[in-house]
Amino acid sequence: MNFLATIGTFVISAFASLGNISIFAYNAVSHIFRPPFYFGLIWQQMLHIGYFSLPVVGMTALFTGAALAQQIYLGSERFNAEGTVAAIVVIGIVRELGPVLGGLMVAGRVSSAMAAELGTMRVTEQIDALVTLSTDPFKYLIAPRIIAAVITMPLLVIVANTIGVFGGFIIATEKLGFNEAAYLQITVDFLEWVDIRSSLVKAAVFGFFLSLMGSYHGYNSRGGAQGVGRATTDAVVSSFIMILLTNLLITITLFGNE
Amino acid sequence: MTIEQPKISIKNLHKSFGKKIVLDGINLDVAAGESVVIIGGSGSGKSVLLKCILGLLQPEQGQIFLDGKDVVPMSARERKKSLSRFGMLFQGGALFDSLSVWENVAFGLIQAKGMDKEEARIIAVEKLGRVGLNADVADLHPSELSGGMQKRVGLARAIAGDPEIIFFDEPTTGLDPIMADVINRLIVECVKDLGATTITITHDMSSVRKIADKAAMIFKGKIIWQGPRDDIDHSGNDYVEQFIHGRAEGPIQMDVLKP
Ligand SMILES: Nc1ncnc2c1ncn2[C@@H]1O[C@H](COP(=O)(O)OP(=O)(O)OP(=O)(O)O)[C@@H](O)[C@H]1O
Ligand SMILES: [Mg+2]
Repeated sequence: MNFLATIGTFVISAFASLGNISIFAYNAVSHIFRPPFYFGLIWQQMLHIGYFSLPVVGMTALFTGAALAQQIYLGSERFNAEGTVAAIVVIGIVRELGPVLGGLMVAGRVSSAMAAELGTMRVTEQIDALVTLSTDPFKYLIAPRIIAAVITMPLLVIVANTIGVFGGFIIATEKLGFNEAAYLQITVDFLEWVDIRSSLVKAAVFGFFLSLMGSYHGYNSRGGAQGVGRATTDAVVSSFIMILLTNLLITITLFGNE
Repeated sequence: MTIEQPKISIKNLHKSFGKKIVLDGINLDVAAGESVVIIGGSGSGKSVLLKCILGLLQPEQGQIFLDGKDVVPMSARERKKSLSRFGMLFQGGALFDSLSVWENVAFGLIQAKGMDKEEARIIAVEKLGRVGLNADVADLHPSELSGGMQKRVGLARAIAGDPEIIFFDEPTTGLDPIMADVINRLIVECVKDLGATTITITHDMSSVRKIADKAAMIFKGKIIWQGPRDDIDHSGNDYVEQFIHGRAEGPIQMDVLKP
């Protein structure tokens, strides 16, 4: 009985927060398309999200691409198909690893920072002060963050993909002794538009969810420093879940019946 | 003689957080151009009352009339319009820590009134002067200021847009006695010169005597006494007597553990 009650409470609270997040998302999106637009704030957020994430995202992509090339080489050697390295690296990076790892890294950096910043503003009554100064917090705080993340993530993922492929290229040519021109030729041949498009769609969707989760948890945080800490953790965890979940959905939708 | 419509009229206001009842039927009228001071123990719900009037908190029951119009059921858009008539000094300052001091003070002028930056900066610096801060601090960030300076920046921000109605939540807490008097005078000036209607929360009895037209005391979620300033010293109310003289003995019992 007690066990059932626990499960019941859990399910109810899960649905309640899902409902709250949906309402929050609806509000946020409806404010994105209505003026006033704070271009200065959007630009500032784009710098925060994009430019300052470049080192960590670039490094992740570089090492992952390199490791991927090495593993595929080991796996495919038996079948005497060394040429598949270039193909699998480019497809693996562009379709999956570039956007997913990029999304996760940015979520870890940005979603948590958003939750901490908005959470602090909430508990120190800065959000209340904003309202009394006739400024809508959704417009001033949340819309710029979401717009910036949705614009910036695809740009960041283009960079991540390029660096990831380059990481594979380095290992393949320097360590495994592949011909450089042939490697690049296979890479270009195997890459299709649909791969690039899926990569960019994923990036934009991930940008939306990681900024939404950061904003939601920060905006609704309660109870001092501890509450802000909890909001930060919740933001990162829920961003990760949303990124992995939507990634699977997009992959199935785009490539499921190839 | 006609009875003037009060600027703010609060009727039977109830607000609780979970099981905790904070406001339990508040009734209070504030006339136009009047300075009302609210006193009451720590945690008695004074700040919550102001936040209910501003619409930052939603009361469970009761009405709040602003110029005869109930603001509790207002839509977000109407509320935004009505808020442009208010200025608010938050108890904790609530300064935007990502903005500089002058940008804080000018925020409402730039964002809500669409004033251009140069002009807003001039007004901001002037308002900072009114609260005893000189132009040097204008470009600092709030975290670089002392507590009392932050409070005064909050005060400058509250009065920057020359609002009709201003709420001051503990304006003199944390200030030295001389600066406290400067601020008291500033509040009186806002009322006398600008014709603003103000509600001030304070624990400082000298401040009550200087700025109040009317005083009200809140206890256990209700207004237990209200009257003109001069009556406060002979209110005949034991709670008020105990409060203004700051005695631990009396009808108001603080829940403290005795060793
Ligand atoms: N957002 C909130 N959530 C839950 N409880 C709250 C909230 N805001 C205030 N309270 C509770 O309401 C009560 C009244 O708080 P309020 O801030 O109005 O006190 P106050 O009269 O302003 O006290 P002080 O003089 O110390 O500032 C307190 O017991 C507080 O715990
Ligand atoms: Mg208070």
